[in-house]
Amino acid sequence: METSFLPTAAEYLRLLPETILIVSGTILMILEGLAGPRNRKNLSPLAIAAILAAMAATVAAAGNPGPAFNNMILADGFGAFFRMVVLSAGLLAVLCSSSYLTREKADSGEYYALLLYSMTGQCLLSTANELIMVFIGLEISSIATYILAGYLRDDARNNESALKYFLLGSFATAFLLYGVAWIYGITGSTNLEEIRRTLLNPESGASPLLTGVAAALMFIGFAFKISAVPFQVWAPDVYQGAPAPVSAFMSAGPKAAAFAVMLRVYLTAFPSIGDGWQTMIWLTALGTMIVGNFAALTQSNLKRILAYSSIAHAGYVLVAVTAYSDTGTAAAMFYLAAYAFMNIGAFAVVSHFSRTGEKYVELNDLAGLAQKQPTTAALFSLFLFSLIGVPLTGGFFGKFYIFKAAIDSGLIGLTVLGLLSSAVAAFYYLRIIVVMYFHEPGDTMDTITSPAPGIQIALWTSALATLLLGVFPSFVLDYATTSAVLVR
Amino acid sequence: MNGVPLSWYLILSAILFALGAAGFMIRKNMITVFMCIELMLNAVNLSFVAFSRHFKTIDGQIFTFFVMVVAAAEAAVGLAIILTVFRNRSTLQVDDIDSLRL
Repeated sequence: METSFLPTAAEYLRLLPETILIVSGTILMILEGLAGPRNRKNLSPLAIAAILAAMAATVAAAGNPGPAFNNMILADGFGAFFRMVVLSAGLLAVLCSSSYLTREKADSGEYYALLLYSMTGQCLLSTANELIMVFIGLEISSIATYILAGYLRDDARNNESALKYFLLGSFATAFLLYGVAWIYGITGSTNLEEIRRTLLNPESGASPLLTGVAAALMFIGFAFKISAVPFQVWAPDVYQGAPAPVSAFMSAGPKAAAFAVMLRVYLTAFPSIGDGWQTMIWLTALGTMIVGNFAALTQSNLKRILAYSSIAHAGYVLVAVTAYSDTGTAAAMFYLAAYAFMNIGAFAVVSHFSRTGEKYVELNDLAGLAQKQPTTAALFSLFLFSLIGVPLTGGFFGKFYIFKAAIDSGLIGLTVLGLLSSAVAAFYYLRIIVVMYFHEPGDTMDTITSPAPGIQIALWTSALATLLLGVFPSFVLDYATTSAVLVR
Repeated sequence: MNGVPLSWYLILSAILFALGAAGFMIRKNMITVFMCIELMLNAVNLSFVAFSRHFKTIDGQIFTFFVMVVAAAEAAVGLAIILTVFRNRSTLQVDDIDSLRL
């Protein structure tokens, strides 16, 4: 193979978003070091600028799609879509963070640097075209997130959250790696397209059974990241213990990226064992929806309710993956975008409320919010309605497209069970709204001031995006439909 | 290729991986649990290197380098997390870390 070792300018452009994030993250760290421990400043404006620049670079790179660095990454429309989702999630998380960190007296540049690094990993995951990149992206994203989960290191719950996330996360990664090793052993390659060619070639002698086992091992790694049953146990504990803005980010960014890489690996590399995959994901999707929705019913802590709800939503997206069609992939993409906005919006309200030692994150602390802060209550209700899937919100069209894709693929049983379980979900979301609107204000209401500017911006942006996706879904859906074909 | 056949390496790797996975679930000390994860990663490395030698390609060995680098980074972060947990709770037993429950 005669290729030049030096990458072309177009290839550098295709990696520009990640480059911007890494460089800015490192600059933030250096600035923090230069300032010294005594005058730590709020460096969030720099992080916001970096993310906006990375978004611009993503748009620029999408204008000239193609592979880069010897096929290590493939910056196509599919990758650009998920890069934008991850970057938006990161942007909203940064906006929620700055007032939270000031309140916790933990303002620092390294927090934002870690967020940027984590996003770098997720952007790499969205475009990875090689199992080495899948592994590296997953680890860059995860290691940064482990630290963020335990960011307030004097808080025992933060530690516990980080420890659980770290131990179970590395355990799952080991399974993913073992699967990768076997795929390499079966096909002699780690490039997704070459794996596809080898597996589809009847003369290669690749055993479908061994391929299936290897794919299942890899699925364990991905299922952990998207918190799918039976690898969901970490999610409620980690989301509850981590700082609220970090939980917001974890529930959207890494999850979207993990779905992106799962779809790409599954659709690009393993069409030869599609039937076996489909059965496994069918079961996982059903289990995830049921466990998420039913476990959320008995929770009283807002962060735990949202954690179980995020498990259930992963289940809906898995339904779209089970559909195993282009419309299914497009539905999954649309849903993950809508979910990122509505869920971060909901977590932004929680970040506004939570205080050191996890005060004010119980359901009852919201009592009477509608009387004291009608705007916050109204926005929170909008996000909850979108999570339920009420029309005119992004959540409605997301669910609609997912179940439509499932019916088109003949998954009637899964659709019926999914719709039933999402009806159960309406109960726990509505319970939050009832508490906000129909309960008398408690003591906590007196201590809560109106949201800080950063949180206000995050709330309004998420609300606007949720409504836009609900009223004009076709913009995003058309883009998703054209780019879903690319990973097939 | 003379000497040890490929399957022996793979069986050894599978045994090491299974030992690591079992240890992760059975052992109660955080450090031991963490070492079990490292054992699993190194079992995977063994598979990669064995396959790489079998195919006479370099990809598997390169992958091993990446795994080693990432494992080192993970160890740095993981031990720091374990240290902060120990500072706050003065215990290394996994079962004692249970304040996040309903």
